Amino acid sequence: MVERMNVVIVGHVDHGKSTFTGRLLADSGALPDGKLESVQAWCATHSRPFEYAFLLDALKEEQAQGVTIDSARCFFKSSKRHYIIIDAPGHIEFLKNMISGAARAEAAILLISAQEGIKENSKRHGLMLSLLGIKQVAVLINKMDLVGYDQSVFEAIKLEYAQFLQSIGVKPAAWVPISARQGDHLIGPSDAMPWYKGMDVLSVMDAFHKEKPLSHLPVRFPVQDVYKFTQHQDDRRIIAGTMVSGELHQGDEIVVYPSKKKSTIHRIEGFNVPSSTTVGPDRATGFTLNTQLFIKPGDVISRIGEVEPAVGSCFRANVFWLGKQPLRVGRRYKLKTGTCKVPMVVTHVKSVLNSAELTSTDSVNEVARHEVGEIVIETLKPIAVDLVADHPIMSRFVIVDEYDIAGGGLFIAKDDHPHLPPIELEMDVQSAIDPGLRHTRLGHRAGVVLVTGSGGVGHHLEQELFELGLFPMRLEGLSPFALPSVVTVANALLTAGLVVMVVTRPEYVGVIADALSPYDQLVTEDPTAQTIANWLA
Amino acid sequence: MDQLDRLESQSVAVFREAYREFKQLAMLWSIGKDSTVLLWLARKAFFGHVPFPLVHIDTAYKIPAMIAYRNQMALEWGLQLVVGQNQEALATKQTFPDGATDRISCCKALKTNALNGTLDASWPRWILDHTTQTLIPDPNPTPFTGVIVGARADEEGSRSKERTFSPRGQHHDWDIADQPPEFWNQYKTDFKPGTHVRIHPLLDWTELNIWEYIQRESIPIIDLYFAKPGTSQRYRSLGCYPCTQSVESSAMTVDDIVTELRSGKFSTIAERSGRAQDKEDGGLETLRREGYM
Repeated sequence: MVERMNVVIVGHVDHGKSTFTGRLLADSGALPDGKLESVQAWCATHSRPFEYAFLLDALKEEQAQGVTIDSARCFFKSSKRHYIIIDAPGHIEFLKNMISGAARAEAAILLISAQEGIKENSKRHGLMLSLLGIKQVAVLINKMDLVGYDQSVFEAIKLEYAQFLQSIGVKPAAWVPISARQGDHLIGPSDAMPWYKGMDVLSVMDAFHKEKPLSHLPVRFPVQDVYKFTQHQDDRRIIAGTMVSGELHQGDEIVVYPSKKKSTIHRIEGFNVPSSTTVGPDRATGFTLNTQLFIKPGDVISRIGEVEPAVGSCFRANVFWLGKQPLRVGRRYKLKTGTCKVPMVVTHVKSVLNSAELTSTDSVNEVARHEVGEIVIETLKPIAVDLVADHPIMSRFVIVDEYDIAGGGLFIAKDDHPHLPPIELEMDVQSAIDPGLRHTRLGHRAGVVLVTGSGGVGHHLEQELFELGLFPMRLEGLSPFALPSVVTVANALLTAGLVVMVVTRPEYVGVIADALSPYDQLVTEDPTAQTIANWLA
Repeated sequence: MDQLDRLESQSVAVFREAYREFKQLAMLWSIGKDSTVLLWLARKAFFGHVPFPLVHIDTAYKIPAMIAYRNQMALEWGLQLVVGQNQEALATKQTFPDGATDRISCCKALKTNALNGTLDASWPRWILDHTTQTLIPDPNPTPFTGVIVGARADEEGSRSKERTFSPRGQHHDWDIADQPPEFWNQYKTDFKPGTHVRIHPLLDWTELNIWEYIQRESIPIIDLYFAKPGTSQRYRSLGCYPCTQSVESSAMTVDDIVTELRSGKFSTIAERSGRAQDKEDGGLETLRREGYM
């Protein structure tokens, strides 16, 4: 069977992406009969000069505006393989479309106009390719006909852009001087540029290699769903999903993350497939287990003895942002990584990089549209992922703002010390009663005891305080999502004169203490009821 | 894994994502080769089952063999079948075959409007009763919020710009200029109430892939695609008989068709060239913006 490869064409607006693609299709004989003629005829009747780009801009709206709005896919083949060419838009407003096109590509062709040189989106798109994980990039310096096929123009742009690519870790596969309109160096040599000794574009594309399946990486099977079609008289409980990396076998002992529950693979299931005891990367599959575990979509299955995924609820990540609203510290979003979907907040923006100029800014609270930022993400529940250095696929995520995917990124490290923004009270309370009168009536001052530990800690202490005659109330603030409510409730109870124990994680003590600063506070790991009673007497 | 394995796995993952995210899910079934492959992929995804209904829009001008084949397959595989139709346009003869409208308006009435009315449950619709083997009025029509469709990118220009999960507005319209981004295999699965989503598991398949897969999996396929003995005509794309022409070909089996497509015989002739509505002004793109599949 013939091999197939997705290649995305990117570059600044008007640097000739659609012309290049149209010309490549025409010269390689990929157009349906009469298509070229019909577009030429359309141009003639509408008094517009013919452009190869019109072949692609199949939609009327695009012809009206003269720019590519979305990523059009077209198919063509060389003697080596079939290509799906994704023609991505160059306008900044359409960056999300460029990314949609580029994210499914295995290789990229980046065009720079010899006449205009490196522009904002030449850099921005280069950076996006790097973040999307596209390793194979060929740079075409286009419109060489407009600069008299001058080698020095080509070399100057190459020198400058090569430095930029190096700074973002992209190693281009080739540099080719071309004229898409004249057809120079697309397929075959060009008489106009005898000084160029390298490959033509089609040969460069044929030299791109297919990405290898990730059999050498640890087993990663993100659970997409768990099926039991009992109403169809089928009692199998099938764990369904797509293998990302590694191999699973019938009889393998598996571990489910983040719960770390263990079981054994009973059988690999399928419909109209030869029965198999092994399943490898990229295969959509399913299996039954020997024991009934509670497994849910979003869990990640690996095999006992494999390198474990990173399990946690706090990660450092690089993110590129496309949302109309900036990515804001403290705002609640939905994180989607693998098959896992979980509420998240951004607790810190460490730095922001303007993706066109590559200038970096520190100490900000948001990442604006079309910017790249390093952020700290805190999820509502622990998740199982991998870091980008360990796994190119399992480190990917997107962020959903309300209903839309508004950004995407890569996990770069676990972060055990979240940097929480100040907590604001959801509601303030006022009392007509003087705190001193409440003290007299209750027999103790109001005060807050911050206890570090996990859920359930402090039950006994609460009872002891009550037996000593105090009026205690215990709250749990173990997730950043709970903190605003916990602090708001604590504030009301403290106004009422009670002793409030907040059980929380060490990293949240600071922000809770700040939010409840008007009240007496005691931070302790292992308090006794008597010390608290003495303190508030 | 070869190319077909890869396409199959990607499509299966899309099916499972759709099933996980949409409680009111349905799949369009036009009886043609693409939606029959789609149906097969659904059985792959759900281990032999099809856990959602199939929607067929009967224009009343479908080639009769298509309806017979539809009912036979639905009974044999135990499929939930929902049928919709624009009975008003048919009763008042507001169609192209009646000479009352052009082809585009006819498509809009009999397919687009019928589809939209069937999906949002605002029109009456019918379900297949497996006991009596007849269509009966749907006693409990509820709107579908997710609809799986077999569109392929290589068929025609506007389909090449589709997303895998493609939102439609309240009026089923498609805003091509402002589509949500799709990163890697993460699709848009969060939607405002009142919108619905078209899901396209076959976007990356070509016509040849479809036939190679039918061949590999031995998928039963309607015989209108094959030339009858002694003739050299077959259908390459199926639709309503007044607007669908056959192509010159003597391929009589799936193997013949695969050989024919691999030979490049049709590589420069559009697949839908036998579908007359595409050639009128505006053509398929105009239809698709308003909700045509």
